[in-house]
Amino acid sequence: MGKTFAEKALARAAGLSEVSPGEIVDAYPDLYMSHMASWRCIRTMEKLGTDKLYDVDRIAMVMDHISPAQTAKTADDQRMCREFAQKKGIKKFYDVNAGIAHIVLSEAGHIRPGMVIIGTDSHTTIYGSLGALGTGVGFSELTAAWATGKLWMKVPLSVKVVIEGPLARGVSSKDVMLKLIGDLTADGATYCSVEFHGSYTEGLSISDRMTLCNLAMELGAKNGFVRPDEVTRSYLTGRGVKPGDYSEIHPDADAAYAKTVTIDGRRLTPQIACPHAVDNVKPIEQVAGTKVNQVFIGSCANAKWEDLVEAAAILKGHKIASGVRLLVSPASKEIVERTVRDGTYSIFLEAGALITNPGCSACAGDGGVMADGEVTLSTANRNFQGRMGSYQAEIYLGSPAVAAATAIRGVITDPREFMERK
Amino acid sequence: MTEKIGGKLIKFGDNVNTDVIIPGRYLVSIDPQELAKHAFEPLGPEVQKRLWVSQVVVGGKNFGCGSAREQAASCLIGAGIKAVLAKSFSRVFFRNCINTGLPAVECPEAAEVAADGGEIRIDLAQGRVDVQGKKFSFASYPESLKQILDAGGLIPYLAKYVLPQQEASKR
Repeated sequence: MGKTFAEKALARAAGLSEVSPGEIVDAYPDLYMSHMASWRCIRTMEKLGTDKLYDVDRIAMVMDHISPAQTAKTADDQRMCREFAQKKGIKKFYDVNAGIAHIVLSEAGHIRPGMVIIGTDSHTTIYGSLGALGTGVGFSELTAAWATGKLWMKVPLSVKVVIEGPLARGVSSKDVMLKLIGDLTADGATYCSVEFHGSYTEGLSISDRMTLCNLAMELGAKNGFVRPDEVTRSYLTGRGVKPGDYSEIHPDADAAYAKTVTIDGRRLTPQIACPHAVDNVKPIEQVAGTKVNQVFIGSCANAKWEDLVEAAAILKGHKIASGVRLLVSPASKEIVERTVRDGTYSIFLEAGALITNPGCSACAGDGGVMADGEVTLSTANRNFQGRMGSYQAEIYLGSPAVAAATAIRGVITDPREFMERK
Repeated sequence: MTEKIGGKLIKFGDNVNTDVIIPGRYLVSIDPQELAKHAFEPLGPEVQKRLWVSQVVVGGKNFGCGSAREQAASCLIGAGIKAVLAKSFSRVFFRNCINTGLPAVECPEAAEVAADGGEIRIDLAQGRVDVQGKKFSFASYPESLKQILDAGGLIPYLAKYVLPQQEASKR
């Protein structure tokens, strides 16, 4: 019997010849990512009574979630991280100007095929886009890895998701995932490794792979995975990572899956997740016309360069609806630079958008919050009650194209209406 | 790990998420007592008052879905909760419970019959739940997780067993 990606990756990280689902192993992750939670890890180290780190080069810290600091307390927490990183010689330290951890670390070439990565963020599943096993943990667990290098991990069952493409115009990876989450529900893959296969994934951009693996979390997944291929290798080469610097892991053809789900992307239409659950998904026809007060284009799910270009293509030549706020938060500094160079940034400005610094921004409730009774259409990955300000506000989730069309009309709008006209 | 836990229960439905358990705006704190004041705040003060006089939280399926925030477990500890029992748990929430020393028990049958405000008894050693005059059983924890719970969480466990060993092997 063959092995799945997760079984092979965890066997490697645990130094075992093979492992099986359900087994609990001591894994030695290759990278430990902590964001704003880093100060909690530093405090936990103090509680642990040690200041010895297992391997300082496996520590990555990114000051996202609240950037720049909003209060003296946050400023103090961030100073603690900065000073700790300097004192300990943590080279993979990225300050408040860098952007969202997941995107920043991928761009920097720190995420490589075959790695096992833990992070103090549930959307650490995103690293499957580069063929790595990424999974979210609490800050105590991350601290445990700092001190001992290892962490208990349960070998997951694997779910195979076969996506057939190509997608129709106006439909994107976000719609594929919303459809999947709606069909399988929010616990459709709890504790499972979700592997994406099928013609759609072949040659797919890293940006779209990131969206797939990021949103796998909303199925309850332990991790997501897309097989590394030429697209992956060329992305890494562009980031200064040579093929000899990593060792790819591919699932066996006869690996055992808990279930296989097929999605026909060719017949898919834009999808919307309605308040207050990510699996409350409806085709856009059923919610089109819903009035919004704010549109947010941001988050690790959908604020990459490709996402911004997708939104800008629709916004070009239009103004956003009167009384509507359009917030754009690029995922990283590098993305900001690229959109400034290629004119995308100006399209947003001319349309009437408010462009923030790169970071988690409104997705984490860091600015861009709502008053009672307000509605936001967001490209993020969560629409839980109270996540963006008032507990009496509502969040709808959709693709960057849906966000752009909605900002123009002021009501939830099918982006294909703008594409047909052009 | 206190082997027998019991008291008043507060019951929730399916897919209770971490933003509802502890909103992101309060994550600037890691003090369980401070966090407890804001636990379940989005659901209103009535729910919060009932939480503070309960000893066991009972949830439906996928309890604790959403973010990796460890405070979703520690805020319950601060509120005086001794165990969480649910039909099923989200992965990270389950890990955070074990690693902060809060027993998380998966027992769908018991979660189904449990009545809000009623009494519940959980015997961790025997893997038994007593609720609404009915008895149910659940699979006991693997030995490695039991040791973490026994020590009161991952950090006390490491301080007590793993770090001293690491030191000794270096000598």
